[in-house]
Amino acid sequence: MVKTLKGIAKWSFVGLILLFIYFPILFLTVNSFNQSDYIQNWTGFGWEHYAYFFNFENEPIRVVGQTMLLAVVVAFLSTLLGTFGAIGLFYAKKRTSATLNALNRIPVINADVVTAISFALLVSFIGLDKSTYIPLILGQMLLCTPFVVLSIIPKLKQMDNNLYEAALDLGATPRKALFSVIIPQILPGILTGFLLSITLSLDDYVIAAYTKPDSFTTISTHIYGLDKNNIMGAKIKAAYWAFTAIIFLIIVLVVILSNVLAYRKTRSKKR
Amino acid sequence: MTKAKFRPRFSRKMLAIPYGLFLLVFVVVPLFIVLYYAFTNDEGKFTFEYLKVFFNENGEGLKGFFSSYNFKTIMRSFFISVMSTIICLLIAYPIAYIIANCKLKNKSCLLLLFIVPMWVNFVLRINALKELFVWLGIYNKSNAWNIVNTIIGMVYDFLPFMILPIYTTLIKIDKSYLEAAKDLGATPAKAFIKVTLPLSKAGIISGASMVFLPSMTNYVVSNYLTSRNVKIVGKLIDDYFTGDLWHDGSFIALLLLLFMFLVTWLTGGFKEDDQSVARGASLW
Repeated sequence: MVKTLKGIAKWSFVGLILLFIYFPILFLTVNSFNQSDYIQNWTGFGWEHYAYFFNFENEPIRVVGQTMLLAVVVAFLSTLLGTFGAIGLFYAKKRTSATLNALNRIPVINADVVTAISFALLVSFIGLDKSTYIPLILGQMLLCTPFVVLSIIPKLKQMDNNLYEAALDLGATPRKALFSVIIPQILPGILTGFLLSITLSLDDYVIAAYTKPDSFTTISTHIYGLDKNNIMGAKIKAAYWAFTAIIFLIIVLVVILSNVLAYRKTRSKKR
Repeated sequence: MTKAKFRPRFSRKMLAIPYGLFLLVFVVVPLFIVLYYAFTNDEGKFTFEYLKVFFNENGEGLKGFFSSYNFKTIMRSFFISVMSTIICLLIAYPIAYIIANCKLKNKSCLLLLFIVPMWVNFVLRINALKELFVWLGIYNKSNAWNIVNTIIGMVYDFLPFMILPIYTTLIKIDKSYLEAAKDLGATPAKAFIKVTLPLSKAGIISGASMVFLPSMTNYVVSNYLTSRNVKIVGKLIDDYFTGDLWHDGSFIALLLLLFMFLVTWLTGGFKEDDQSVARGASLW
């Protein structure tokens, strides 16, 4: 009896926190079907916000597109730099390795604003032109690459170092051994780093705000800069509710899919 | 063959060079530029002016400092940040503990539920929370509500960063320690305090460090949820920089940097250990 009560208390706590996490998103999802642009007055069910969002003449979908493009570019470059950085760091001399590790940790722990302004100061110091997109890409790489390195190092630790030596003994050049022995072994870590970089870049507001060209906006800077008292601003914002709802739907599908896959795996194991 | 001769011998260590240079130019140099701006004036001459402005903006002495705008902002952010970290910990620890110790086969699926909301853009998530506050009628209601809403926002945003590292340390704990404690006569509560808690300390520290500093500086949350009525340190720096007061802004950034280094050094965060859990690096 006490045990079941404990169980009920436990799982209702979990449920309560999940409610706290999902309710705001769910709330927006419901309101994305509101005909009105304002949440306070429900004027009826409609697909207007979705129509507005998917119209390529309007800003939101273009902003979403360019933000994703930026995220992919940044994630690709960060993964490239971070993968080789992690391998180099891991096999470097102890002191070099420790120094690089500590430096790698600075952007991770540092407050985003401080990272952003110190980087922006450097950009203005060397006179880099923001409209070239180079500061934006480098700035976001600064945010993402340390995480790529952090997700690859554990895989390097798990790897059997003898395989690399064996490849060399069997006549592979170090370059060949790197690409056909080390890289495949740490691939899960590389993938993690890549996906993590994409989410970090998509989420970033501060660095983009300080380094982006004036004519460019990301999802974060676009929403943050919207004037809520403006009719146009309210319309665009409502279109982003539709976008939120779509992402939410994708999340639900992913969670269900991963559950089904995991369930199947355990069942096939039993057999 | 002759071509290969001129190539420098490749070794794995050399791969660290590009990233090392990247870190040097974009991490180390900017820190020195911040230091430079904090202690020089517009003519590039060395000065303590910005230090003095920071401490004595509201008159000489301690009384002036304690009533200054900067000091009040710092204290306000500190309060918000401490509260957010404590609340995050109070929520995240039980959640991580329940998931790590539940009898379900697919624990990671349950964990996933707490992590996936991070795939919604952060500003959109905060926007969702704001619209909810408006609907509930607690948006920008009073100063007290603004502070409360900011704390809710920080907790909402940073909770996964606290759950993940704690979960990772809890799942690694060897169950035989707990059995040993039980055999030696410890009650479950005592076993928890003497065994589980100390063994999960690393996760708590790692999680707290991912929540504490961001809640002091993430001004998107505080601005958005309070109609710009609650100012935190991050916004202070942003205001100085958007107002072209780079030297003043750099000085406050420098203070934050020193604080960051101090906390990290005290908690041993620069040492090489498995901190890959930070910010969900072990997500996939």
